[in-house]
Amino acid sequence: MPENGNGATGVIHDIGYQRYEGVRLGRGYSARSLFTQSVRGAYGLGRSAWAKVLPIGLLAAASVAALILVVVNTQLPVEVIDYVGMASTFTYAATVFVAVVAPELVSVDLRTNLLSLYLSRPMTRTDYALTKLAALATATFVMLGGPMLILFVGMAFSTDNGIAGVFSEFGGLLQGLLAAAIHAAVLASLALPFASLTGRRVFATGMIIGVTLLTAPISGVLQALGEGAGRQLAGLIDPVSLLNGVDRWLFDGGIFDVGPYGPVYGLGALVIIAVGTSCTLWRYRKVKS
Amino acid sequence: MVLIETESLEKRYDNQVTALADLTVAIEPGIVGLVGVNGAGKSTLIKLALGLLAPTNGRIRVLGLDPIADAQAVRARVGYMPEHDCLPPDQIAAEFVTHLARVSGLPAATARERASETLRHVGLYEERYRRIGGYSTGMKQRVKLAQALVHDPELLLLDEPTNGLDPEGRRAMLDLVHRIGTEFGISVVVCSHLLGEIERICTSLVAIDAGRLLRSATLSAMTQHSDLLMVETDEDPAGLAELLGRAGLEVRENKRALLVRMGEDPDATYDLIRDAIADLDLSLHRLERHRHQVADLFRDLPTSEASHA
Repeated sequence: MPENGNGATGVIHDIGYQRYEGVRLGRGYSARSLFTQSVRGAYGLGRSAWAKVLPIGLLAAASVAALILVVVNTQLPVEVIDYVGMASTFTYAATVFVAVVAPELVSVDLRTNLLSLYLSRPMTRTDYALTKLAALATATFVMLGGPMLILFVGMAFSTDNGIAGVFSEFGGLLQGLLAAAIHAAVLASLALPFASLTGRRVFATGMIIGVTLLTAPISGVLQALGEGAGRQLAGLIDPVSLLNGVDRWLFDGGIFDVGPYGPVYGLGALVIIAVGTSCTLWRYRKVKS
Repeated sequence: MVLIETESLEKRYDNQVTALADLTVAIEPGIVGLVGVNGAGKSTLIKLALGLLAPTNGRIRVLGLDPIADAQAVRARVGYMPEHDCLPPDQIAAEFVTHLARVSGLPAATARERASETLRHVGLYEERYRRIGGYSTGMKQRVKLAQALVHDPELLLLDEPTNGLDPEGRRAMLDLVHRIGTEFGISVVVCSHLLGEIERICTSLVAIDAGRLLRSATLSAMTQHSDLLMVETDEDPAGLAELLGRAGLEVRENKRALLVRMGEDPDATYDLIRDAIADLDLSLHRLERHRHQVADLFRDLPTSEASHA
């Protein structure tokens, strides 16, 4: 036991403990700090090299694809894929992205019990759940929207119509970013509740991939064999087709024929967001800390 | 001000397992040891104090506040070091502690500064730029302590801080806790199932058993009476006691040993004991300052726990 008083201490490295008298920011700041940390963590920033491989790799691959699209779109007489088309095309890649990143954001906290350190600070369970959901949606939005910016820059520089051409591209970009935001919100609210169920990343990733991979063939078969309404509604079953349906309805883009049922697809997307968010909140009200 | 005050506090899990039953205790500032066997309800009391659990019945107040209703205010002023592992292996310690400082409400620049300072105070220097996954258990315990301390709390709740450490690591951790309580001026409640281990750093002790208060006492009164010598000989303690008593010493028999009060002049007392033993031609097995007063306070504890030294 170190002697105390009279300065007779055996510790020489100590420069003395400083009390903190400054400002203490509230819940909003706590949540913002967690949000920033989580979005960075989604791309493996501040983590080990392995954590960066998949998310950065996917973003890089999508960016390279965007560069190729710039070349193809400018060389061919018609645009092969526009901005909304990019959102539709990259939906599978985005699904893989959330399947890898959602466990990184929440399963790790469960597994390492880090959650108890957050909950013992000025942050409520609801704050935590919503912040993580927002962080996952934002990271996914970056993964979808980043390549669109590359496409925009490429197309804007190579347009033949001067400033009018740039504005036309910009309009397309805004549509594309809106589509990307919808995709990100739906995929995040789909993935996070599953990831929050388990502390094991493998299981979490498996569940999320499973939901998309198992529903896609069913929906695909129904689309191929079905007639009329059955065929046009079959896309509601799997999330990727559902998002393509929303793109078709809102922006008349994408590759999927929804017939007159566009609003149904829009409603489907809203239901997924609402249910996914509620499940996440419910899960974190129950979780032990 | 009272740190933690409970009144008929009761906590049942799923209406079946009773973790705390009718606990009424007032914990005063200082370094407070919360002792009890595993499962006595120590961790439950800590979680109730943090507002992580809601009491089934009764009342608890922390720093004069209700930990459920005023959760934000309580948690901003309290630091918590959990018993279990709680660190992400693939993050760098300095960045991790900085992040948690920000979640506690410190502005970014201050958070970084205090994280470095705090890690140094707990004894992590250049190692703080390495990933936590490569740390030893002792270093991890230090990071856990640093994250509880980084936002300069008024009250530190430490749940079994010496868990998993070797004897040297335990000693270092307890010295650190002692420094926090004395030099840093932060009140500490430290849980342990080893009374003998924490009694030397605490100013008061609270013992709970099966969710009830067993005993609560300050140690300052105890230390004044710690001038007892324990004398153990191979045979005839009664004869020795008689001889020493006649020499004017205050002697009490304790099993096969004698407890002798040292009095005003310890050197003379040691000499008297030596001479008496030599006169009776006994062989001396043990002569040491008695260290079991605190355990005596908690005599009702299972002996293996209470008498551990």
